[in-house]
Amino acid sequence: MEALLGRCVASWCPGATGVTGAAKLSGGASQETWSFDIVHPDGHIGAILRRAPPGSGASPGRAAGLDAEAVLMQLAHDAGLPSPRVMHVLQPRDELGTGFIIARIEGETIARKILRDEQFAKARPMLARQLGTVVAGIHGLPASKLPELRQMTSTKEIADLEREYRSFDWPRPVFELALRWLRDRDPGPSQQVTLVHGDFRHGNLIIGPDGVRAVLDWELAHLGDPMEDLGWICVNSWRFGEIDKPVGGFGSREELFAGYEEAGRHVDPDRVMFWEVMGTLRWGVMCCGMMQRFRSGPDHSMERAMIGRRSSETEIDLLRLLAPREK
Amino acid sequence: MQDEPTLTELIKAVADFLRNEITPMIKGHNAFKLRVGINALDLVTRQLALEPAGDVAEVARLSQLLGMQGSLGELNRALADRIAKGEMDLQTPGLSEHLWQTTMDKLAVDQPNYASYKRELGERKP
Repeated sequence: MEALLGRCVASWCPGATGVTGAAKLSGGASQETWSFDIVHPDGHIGAILRRAPPGSGASPGRAAGLDAEAVLMQLAHDAGLPSPRVMHVLQPRDELGTGFIIARIEGETIARKILRDEQFAKARPMLARQLGTVVAGIHGLPASKLPELRQMTSTKEIADLEREYRSFDWPRPVFELALRWLRDRDPGPSQQVTLVHGDFRHGNLIIGPDGVRAVLDWELAHLGDPMEDLGWICVNSWRFGEIDKPVGGFGSREELFAGYEEAGRHVDPDRVMFWEVMGTLRWGVMCCGMMQRFRSGPDHSMERAMIGRRSSETEIDLLRLLAPREK
Repeated sequence: MQDEPTLTELIKAVADFLRNEITPMIKGHNAFKLRVGINALDLVTRQLALEPAGDVAEVARLSQLLGMQGSLGELNRALADRIAKGEMDLQTPGLSEHLWQTTMDKLAVDQPNYASYKRELGERKP
């Protein structure tokens, strides 16, 4: 791997003499992430490779595709948003598959550390407002420069979730209640249709003691209602126990919305709440989906099996949203 | 009739061995996997303890709510179907209470440390 990477890097990074410390950070059936250092006379340059290895199949249906991800990351970077610089888009002669190499940004993505460690204590109170401004910047990226992306509406999203839930053939009255609630309150197509990151939450945000440093993972990017991103980051599953701080367990909706509106965009709180309910159900359906892949697919791991037993977490959160009990 | 020790006793003994003797020896990604495995065994012991009474009570509530008899699976399918068709909703007497009780019973097995669950348990105390 280091030999291939070294040859690739030499073709576009003048002075580079090779790579060192290549380590696979994550690897699924269709996508891998590697971290490595480019060896350079001026000092090592930290880099990340995200790729579909040669011979891997087409990306899953909802995925934007690695080429589109690279374009989006570079667009965000050029717009001054916290986003890694794209160093290289893989070419066939690289023999590394398809994907891209980006500058590595140091920081933390693990929610429990961001929410508990002392080094992030000063960052936490400002994160919600900061992320509001960042996501407003994402929604403001010029439509004319965007790659081709799927277009989603709330109506399509409800139908997708319902189809997936029904395919499990396992009755869940709470999910039925949520689907009904969503259908009854479907706000219809949004007046503003923008780029939507699609997975704007812990795990995809690099945080430092100074605040947000990068937004990662554009795999689920699409065109749609910008309020979806604001609702998704409020889903209780991303609060990691800090349930009274709706934005990622570190801030309030008001702070998130204030940051968003300071950047010159408008918040529709009703739509945000609608997408929070949708997002809670979506994570629940995803948990059930992982159980299915454990049972039928190649990934017969305990972790996947146990995620199936997390779908009940979204059921209690849906009940807290839709049928709160008298206090 | 099968002999002793019980399933719960066997699983607990294995989980305690893994937790107390093996965990300190394992590092890195396998330490994470070991923790997940121990969590799975703990979940099984909780389900063995709580499922029988929970299921009996759930069947009783569902029969009352739906006005029909059947297995737990059949009754849950019938309830899911009626909610999907809009024949039952949160205005239906007893539905909200039933869904809450059933969900609390699931969390008691699946994730008793989940913050939303602990909050709801606390609010029910006088």
